[in-house]
Amino acid sequence: MKEKYEAVIGLEVHAQLITNTKLFCACSIKFGSPPNSNVCPVCLGHPGALPVTNKQAIEYAVLMGLAVNCVVNEQSIFARKNYFYPDLPKGYQISQFEKPICENGHIEVKTAEGSDKIIRIKRIHLEEDAGKSIHDQGSDTLVDLNRCGTPLIEIVTEPDISSAKEAYEYLINLKQIVTYLGICDGNMEEGSLRCDANVSVRKYGDKLGTKTEVKNMNSFRNVERAIDFEIKRQIEILEEGGTITQETLLWNADLNEAFPMRSKEESHDYRYFPDPDLMPIVIDEKWKTKITSKMPELPKVRRERFIKQFNLPEYDAEILTSTKDMADYYEAVLEFTDDYKSASNWVMGDISKVINENKISIKDFSISPKNIGKLIELINNNTISGKIGKELFEELLKSNIDPEIIIKEKNLVQITDSSELENVIDKILSSNSIQVEEYRNGKEKVFGFLVGQVMRETKGKANPQLVNEILTKKLKG
Amino acid sequence: MLPYKTHTEKIRLIQKAQLSLIENVEFFLSQISVHKDINAFNFLFDDAIDRANKIEQKIKEGTSGKLAGMVIAVKDLLSVKDKPLTCSSKILRGFEAIYTATSIEKLIDEDAILIGKTNCDEFGMGSTNENSAFGPVLNPLDKLKVPGGSSGGSAAAVAANFCDAAIGTDTGGSIRQPAAFTGTFGIKPTYGRVSRYGLTAYASSFDCVGPIAKNVLDLALILKIISGKDELDSTSSESNEIQFPSQNKKYKIGLPKEYFKEGLTEEVKTGIEITIENLEKTGHEIIDISLPHSDYTIAAYYILATAEASSNLARFDGVRYGLRNEKIRTFDELYNLTKTEGFGKEVKRRIMLGTYVLSSGYYDAYYSKAQKVRRLIKEDFDNAFREVDLIISPTAPSTAYKIGDTVNDPLQMYLGDIYTVSANLTGIPAISVPYQSENSLPIGIQFMASHFNEEILLDIAQQITE
Ligand SMILES: [Zn+2]
Repeated sequence: MKEKYEAVIGLEVHAQLITNTKLFCACSIKFGSPPNSNVCPVCLGHPGALPVTNKQAIEYAVLMGLAVNCVVNEQSIFARKNYFYPDLPKGYQISQFEKPICENGHIEVKTAEGSDKIIRIKRIHLEEDAGKSIHDQGSDTLVDLNRCGTPLIEIVTEPDISSAKEAYEYLINLKQIVTYLGICDGNMEEGSLRCDANVSVRKYGDKLGTKTEVKNMNSFRNVERAIDFEIKRQIEILEEGGTITQETLLWNADLNEAFPMRSKEESHDYRYFPDPDLMPIVIDEKWKTKITSKMPELPKVRRERFIKQFNLPEYDAEILTSTKDMADYYEAVLEFTDDYKSASNWVMGDISKVINENKISIKDFSISPKNIGKLIELINNNTISGKIGKELFEELLKSNIDPEIIIKEKNLVQITDSSELENVIDKILSSNSIQVEEYRNGKEKVFGFLVGQVMRETKGKANPQLVNEILTKKLKG
Repeated sequence: MLPYKTHTEKIRLIQKAQLSLIENVEFFLSQISVHKDINAFNFLFDDAIDRANKIEQKIKEGTSGKLAGMVIAVKDLLSVKDKPLTCSSKILRGFEAIYTATSIEKLIDEDAILIGKTNCDEFGMGSTNENSAFGPVLNPLDKLKVPGGSSGGSAAAVAANFCDAAIGTDTGGSIRQPAAFTGTFGIKPTYGRVSRYGLTAYASSFDCVGPIAKNVLDLALILKIISGKDELDSTSSESNEIQFPSQNKKYKIGLPKEYFKEGLTEEVKTGIEITIENLEKTGHEIIDISLPHSDYTIAAYYILATAEASSNLARFDGVRYGLRNEKIRTFDELYNLTKTEGFGKEVKRRIMLGTYVLSSGYYDAYYSKAQKVRRLIKEDFDNAFREVDLIISPTAPSTAYKIGDTVNDPLQMYLGDIYTVSANLTGIPAISVPYQSENSLPIGIQFMASHFNEEILLDIAQQITE
């Protein structure tokens, strides 16, 4: 039954910009300050206070536009979106309506089948965030205006997305881009990235169906689940001969279900009109060039460079560039070692395991890239064995000091002195005469056992290659 | 009576110890108190005497600013830190501003003495000063008449010698028309010359702050001080410095034929004719011009100004400050009851009109069309100023109305703005110069000039006054 239908999905994503100050005043946008402490006459909506546009926010919006292949409009205008709500001090939100700052871009995403698909971006516009209404503190509604005036960009796609999975991929891509640009921390759980979805379904070949808007999804997985839910719901209604009502639904993550909003709350006429307090934003070629020069390397380009420059498998490059922080860490390690692949293995393996287990960002990982680089070099120049390398890594987790100091203090230096090793091997051979006999009778597997005994005796410090050589010589001789 | 005519004379008297600044302020306060019925002030500032004391000291030490000791009244639409700001509205009852408007800050920096906040039409909406939560202001020249509006309190305070000068605001004529009705000088600067930061917005793309004074010299002095680009107002601009007094130039003065068709009262018509004759006699050239879109001026103005007002006044919701009905239980009631109780009739009328013209389905027919008309009117003026330096007209079609005359006929009141609103629609500067005819209240002669040409407005005003 489901095969007859295709879903048509468009996403509206709000990204909170991490500028120094709010969009129209000099207040801080710091998260977690006491309620109503980051406020001034402008963001409090006091009589006579006027907005002045934050240039950094404009530059961030333009960077985003350029990163997703948009046209940057030479002139764009702010408009007032009028509605009443206690956390909206002016009674209108300054946003953009008719002439947004960027238009007509696209992002490439991987489909379920593994091919690339273009998702067109209709527009990116700048606007200010509202404050926060707090309804769960007794019978009153409390209002915190710290967030009010925080710059947002809204990124609106064309209805090019055809599954929940694709929507998820798009969002992951978008998060990657904003974090690479350093314009948003991309945290959906904390609300610095918010997503609304417009969903409709139709039988293949039919004209567009009625769409609904799904809101209130506060994680990437919830977006996927909510869209899946909504597609299924709409198909069920159509299959039963019903019609879809154009409405807004709120996702309830606890119940895994979306519920219609009260119809009154959505019947808004926002009465948009150009904000007379603000001049048009004019981005001339000179300014655009200046902004373009600040464009960092984007995920896709960096991935390709990693493959070429460091000779990495595609898989490694993909994982290492999944976040800017990880890619930065990896490249920082490479300042201390030329073993690209080992560095990749450490970052993707042991390091990722630790940061995942502790749910931290690689930025907060305790071992410095320098010490990881040194660790790799110590293994590669045979100062320590690979096995001791793992031990050293554990020690570095405890205290991030120079690995050479640790191996000296803990006496972890590899035994490369053959006379010392010969003594150990002689001792092992004499106390394992049965196994030696078996080996000489052709049971070659026993060799591994004997190596293991030597390693145990030397607490893993014996140079494995040397052990092999001496052991072979002695057993044959 | 005052022993000086201009601020320069006042300073000289203080320097020579022939005038005590404290006594001067006390004199103004006593005048205000004696003529309380004029109702020009919403609030008086109790620190005025203190300031007079300090500034008198500075004048004697030679360290004082350019406006030292000038006693100025401020329209109650402008913020002065820690002083009440009501906009003559019940909705801001009990509110004190938490910062000072840029224009007022500049007055304070130059050692002016602020004497109090003047009454006005609620949020600047009105032409008679009858729409005020503090009651109407009476015209000091004839107490049965209105002083004009919306800066009626400011104009009345200047005319009645309650202060040396006043700050008003002008959205559609609110400085010039009261100046005309009270026989004072008032100038609406070029849009952007004076910062709007701290001026409670009525219609943001029209609102201007400007002075009302007893003579051109003081008017020019105050204007120079409050002018300038303000980082806090994106619509303010870098502008040429006003050179005044300037050298008695001869001008080409345009006389728009559309302005003299009908509706002019006899005394206004006569006043204009005599003024024109005198101008010609003194070597100025009068040229007939045309402003073809004049008929649409009032309609375009009231659509655009009310649209902006409907949004600007949304912030008065009782959530953060001002009046809040205590009986509210829901969000809807919060807005409904607070605004119903707090706003006066004219304000409600304009909010509703503005909300309507911005509504989906009506936006194109009203708001967009009015924007187009605004552009056409601008072009009319651009064309005119290619031929002439100045445009002359009456400030208002009549002398001051009788109190109560327009209360039930708002349209009549709106039509009275015919000569003044063009300057606001186009952003150009305009001045009202008093003309005293025999046997009637004064009328106002208005001159308009192109953007940032306040200098020649002041010059022509000075010439016809002499
Ligand atoms: Zn602020």
